[in-house]
Order: sequence, then C-alpha cells, then structure tokens
Amino acid sequence: MSLENTDLLHEQEHATMSKGRIWKVFFILLAITVLEFIIALGVPEAAMPHLVRNSIYIILTLFKAYYIVAYFMHLKFEKYALITTIVGSFILIVYLIVLMLTEGHYLNGHMTI
Amino acid sequence: MDTTAQLDEVKTTPWSGGRSPFSVEYGKLMMWFFLLSDAFTFSAFLIYYGAQRFSKMTWPDPDIVFQSIPGVTDHGAPLVFVGVMTFILIMSSVTMVLAVEAGHRNKKKEVIWWMVATIIGGLMFLGCQALEWTHLHHEGFWWGAIPNADVLKELGSDAVSTQQFANLFFTITGFHGFHVFTGVVINIIILFMTMAGVFERRGHYLMIEKVGLYWHFVDLVWVFVFTFFYLV
Repeated sequence: MSLENTDLLHEQEHATMSKGRIWKVFFILLAITVLEFIIALGVPEAAMPHLVRNSIYIILTLFKAYYIVAYFMHLKFEKYALITTIVGSFILIVYLIVLMLTEGHYLNGHMTI
Repeated sequence: MDTTAQLDEVKTTPWSGGRSPFSVEYGKLMMWFFLLSDAFTFSAFLIYYGAQRFSKMTWPDPDIVFQSIPGVTDHGAPLVFVGVMTFILIMSSVTMVLAVEAGHRNKKKEVIWWMVATIIGGLMFLGCQALEWTHLHHEGFWWGAIPNADVLKELGSDAVSTQQFANLFFTITGFHGFHVFTGVVINIIILFMTMAGVFERRGHYLMIEKVGLYWHFVDLVWVFVFTFFYLV
C-alpha cells in the first residue's frame, strides 16, 4: 500500500477551509489584536488593576491560539483521536507552568538580593 | 456456533488495523508530532521567563524598552512597531492558508502566487526583527550586556533583572526568528518544487499543507511571545 494513497486524500478533502472562512478567521485574529492594543494603550493604569489586565491578555491570547490551531492548522476538522492526542499533551505544559511559577513566587519572597 | 462466527468476523473499526486511524498522511502526522515537541521547547523557554519574572522584585517596563519605531521615532511609541510585525505575520499566515486552499483545487498558478506572498511576509518579518534587535543593541542590550544606570532608572529595574530580561529576550525571539528563517527557506524550496510541477505530477498538494502547518506554528509561537514580552 502506497503511503500517498488516494483514498486517504479524498477522505481529507471533504472538510476544507473556504476562502470566505479564511478571511473571517483573519478578521477575528485582527480584532482580538486590536482589542489588546486598546487595552494596552487606551485604558489608564489606575482604571484597571494589573492582575485583571494580564488575565485579559492571556485569555485573548488563548483565543487567538485556538483560532490559529483549529482553523489555520485545520485541527478542528481532523479525527477526534488526533485532536485529543495533540491537545491532551498540553496538560504537561500546564503542570510545568504551575510548578515553575510557584517556584518563582517562592523565590520572590525569599531572595536576599 | 455463534461465538466462533463472531471471532471469525473481520473487525473494521478505525483501530483494528489495515488503515491509518488518524486518517492523515504519514508526513503530516509526523509534522504534527514534530510541532508538538517544538511547542514543548518554546513552552519551556517561556515558562522559565515567567518563573524569572515572578522571582524578581523589579522588571524592565516593556512600554519603555520597546518604545521606538526604527527610522521614524526613538521615543514614545510603545507597541506600534511590534504591532506592525504581528500584523505581517498574521497576514502571511493567511496567504499560506490561501495557498493550501488553492492546492486543494489543484490550481498551480494560484499556489505559486500565494507562496510568493507568504515568503515576502516572512522576509518582511525577519527584516523588522533585525531592525528591532539593532535598535536594542544600540541601547546597550545584548546577551550578557545591559544599558547604563541612567537608562535602568528609566526602565525601573535593577541590574540583575534587566540582565535576565535581555538574555531571555534575545534567546527566545532569536529562537523564534530562527524558526521564521527556516520556514522561509522551506517555503522557497516548496515554491520551486511547485513551479517545477512536482506536485502537479504527484496529483496533490499535500506538501503545501505540511509546510503550512509549520508556518502557522511559527505564527502561533509569536502570538505568545508578543503577549508575554510586550503586553504583560
């Protein structure tokens, strides 16, 4: 069986990105970026605490990441098994984030210099 | 007997063998796994950056560090230049998907034009990054080098945290820039293969999808670099 068998190709073709959809995703990404700029440049320091501001940035970033991976990288239209294999692996990253930031926070309170 | 008949029956579920359960072509699956490992590398870099930033009492203010537009102004324009860079990269991601879309329809000419646009976008991004690096280098930032005490006062940070910032900034954006550079090189190779009609003879443009995955991944990483270096 050839690796580049045509059955597989036809199977992949049924759910593809149309031009209209591509531009829609582009405008969503652009809108999110513009929103980030408005928050960064337009909202004064006093009006929005740092924690809220940074949380909003991170949530918006995750939205952008979703649109890039799901639509541009086409992952949303792949088999469920592939989606879970890729996305599930990121639980390890979440674990590392929690570990390292806890460590950093601890050092912040205990460093002498 | 009923049970033996059941045992003899050939299973046809996706995981029973004989076909790809993920139903993606081998090279594309391997690209996904490579990108997964690459995502872990970038995550490790960015998480270390986060841990450093959490551990330090002070940190250079990004609105002060990145306030120039090379060739236009040296002060008072935070986020503008990096905004342009972000726009260029998102735009080149769009032209890449359009190349993939044209490939689905087996339109060789359209694929060529969208690939050319993607390559131009990549080169523009690299040019912008070179300008930004040059500017920061003139300010005194480099691996193992920070600006003088007056500048540090303006940044609101001490020497140790500023040094950590400089090292991590050049390492992470450098590693990302290296990915953009290899992406451009791969895109050029694929462009030449398209022009030579390799994919036309093969009957499909799957290779465009594979390099497309890599290119979108580079864009994806930039989204995170942008947030954690320039916004937060």
